[in-house]
Amino acid sequence: MTLSITRRNITSRKRAESAIDAAEKLNESLNAFLQIDRTGALKRGEEIDNNQSDAPLAGVPIAVKDNINVKGLQTSCGSRILGPYKPPYDATAIDRLIQAGAVVIGKTNCDEFAMGSSNENSAFGPVKNPWDLARVPGGSSGGSAAAVAAGIVPVALGSDTGGSVRQPAAFCGVIGFKPTYGRVSRYGLVAFGSSLDQIGVLARNAKDAAAILQIIAGRDAHDATTVEVPVPDYIGETEKNLGAGFRLGVSRALLGEGLDDEVRRSIEDAIDAYRELGAEIVAIDLPHAKYAIAVYYIIATAEASSNLARYDGVRYGFRAEDAPGLRDMYRRTRDEGFGAEVKRRIMLGTYVLSAGYYDAYYLKAQKVRALLRQDFDNAFKRCDLILTPTTPTPAFKFGDKVDDPLAMYLNDVYTVTANLAGIPGVSIPCGQSAAGLPVGMQLLGPYWSESTLVRAAHAFETIRPFTARPQVRADADGG
Amino acid sequence: MPITEADIEKIAQLAHLEITDDERRMFAPQISEIVTYIEQLSAIDTSDIEPALGGLTPEGERTPADRVDEVQPSLGQRVALDQAPDPAAGHFRVPKVLG
Repeated sequence: MTLSITRRNITSRKRAESAIDAAEKLNESLNAFLQIDRTGALKRGEEIDNNQSDAPLAGVPIAVKDNINVKGLQTSCGSRILGPYKPPYDATAIDRLIQAGAVVIGKTNCDEFAMGSSNENSAFGPVKNPWDLARVPGGSSGGSAAAVAAGIVPVALGSDTGGSVRQPAAFCGVIGFKPTYGRVSRYGLVAFGSSLDQIGVLARNAKDAAAILQIIAGRDAHDATTVEVPVPDYIGETEKNLGAGFRLGVSRALLGEGLDDEVRRSIEDAIDAYRELGAEIVAIDLPHAKYAIAVYYIIATAEASSNLARYDGVRYGFRAEDAPGLRDMYRRTRDEGFGAEVKRRIMLGTYVLSAGYYDAYYLKAQKVRALLRQDFDNAFKRCDLILTPTTPTPAFKFGDKVDDPLAMYLNDVYTVTANLAGIPGVSIPCGQSAAGLPVGMQLLGPYWSESTLVRAAHAFETIRPFTARPQVRADADGG
Repeated sequence: MPITEADIEKIAQLAHLEITDDERRMFAPQISEIVTYIEQLSAIDTSDIEPALGGLTPEGERTPADRVDEVQPSLGQRVALDQAPDPAAGHFRVPKVLG
């Protein structure tokens, strides 16, 4: 099947070269890439032209967030603590994409260890939003979102623990898809919150996102949390109609205070669009959603404090010099190697897991998490998908929230629920603010409803195509 | 309960972080504010609720996660030591442990 992202009129090598040229040309203004692999990608392009030209994703150039391992390329996770570390293996998702003929052109900038909502926490400078260089692209997958928005690559991989694919997608005017927990292998994704993390896809339209998901989804022996559920034909699903009797759940409580007026307007328009498509709009309630940020910042930080304990200077990466003893080496390596936000979260996580506090915080949070899951189970008895805003505001300016961690965390208010419940979600561009900044809407579905999500996303695109392009972008269609 | 700088120092010790005085002064009010925020959960009645099993879906709980106990290929010593800051005689060498 010829997909929209494969091309028959250009060689894979030439296509890779165009993407690389665009990435290099735009990197000074966007800082989206930490590494661009010209040599490797051109070589790979040639190999595909010679041997794999009919592979499903033959020649598709992709960018990969720098917390996902690509063999032979450095993995930094946006941090200094990994030093020059190069993984000796590919992440399963990468391996599958390479087998399918895709060409990795480079690794994208991100918030350090995927902790952040603005890409301001990278040790290597922030990524700029292609729509307005004075604004954040969102985070933590800011580089991947910017690369797709700017037309450097048609698709990119990110990771989503509390919204880190969906939120930058909304800020950058692209699609951001987070699968069900266990749909895509986490092998080779550097762990942040192991019960929350999923690799996700940034793309310019639903069909392209479906094409990538098709390849990377499925059980993997290397990741015991992946699940034995068949992978449907996601690409074929996008062509189907929404279906008679499609019910879209909307929670009015989520559209109230705290939501920017311009975002609200675009969301109301999106609801109207679904009405035009024949959907029945159903009022639903998620009573525990207001606690989601509190639950998330207990569970995610607790899991992070455990997952980041391995960065100790012993086996790879940065090691502090002249430490008199082992303990000093650990402490100095970690203090010098980690940035402020990472340290803050490690400490918070350590605190909520410490003796005397575990029951009050971590255990309590897991119980409220169960209540949130029940909320979604109940809602999905009455609707097929739920529509919410993706973010409370469009992209904000650099520096707006760096001094107020809690204010920064509140950006995630609509997205963390999906990670806590394990359900899939997608952000779709649905409008622009008066200043021309993209606005995203989010669709959430029950477990394993990726088919319904891509179908509903594609249907929306047909009646509300998002054709605006950012100021900063590749000249030719970099896809 | 407000988090003091002394609390921060204790937590940093547990987390193997040698934070500076400036960091301690910065982190204490920030972490204190976040902890106050998360304490709102104590108002929710969860007496009859079982804690969630992480992110697992029902299908995930049903997927068998074990494998046969057979030796499989692994990284090997050469690759494992390849990027060590201080490899020595097939080991990861570190500063002295005691004292």
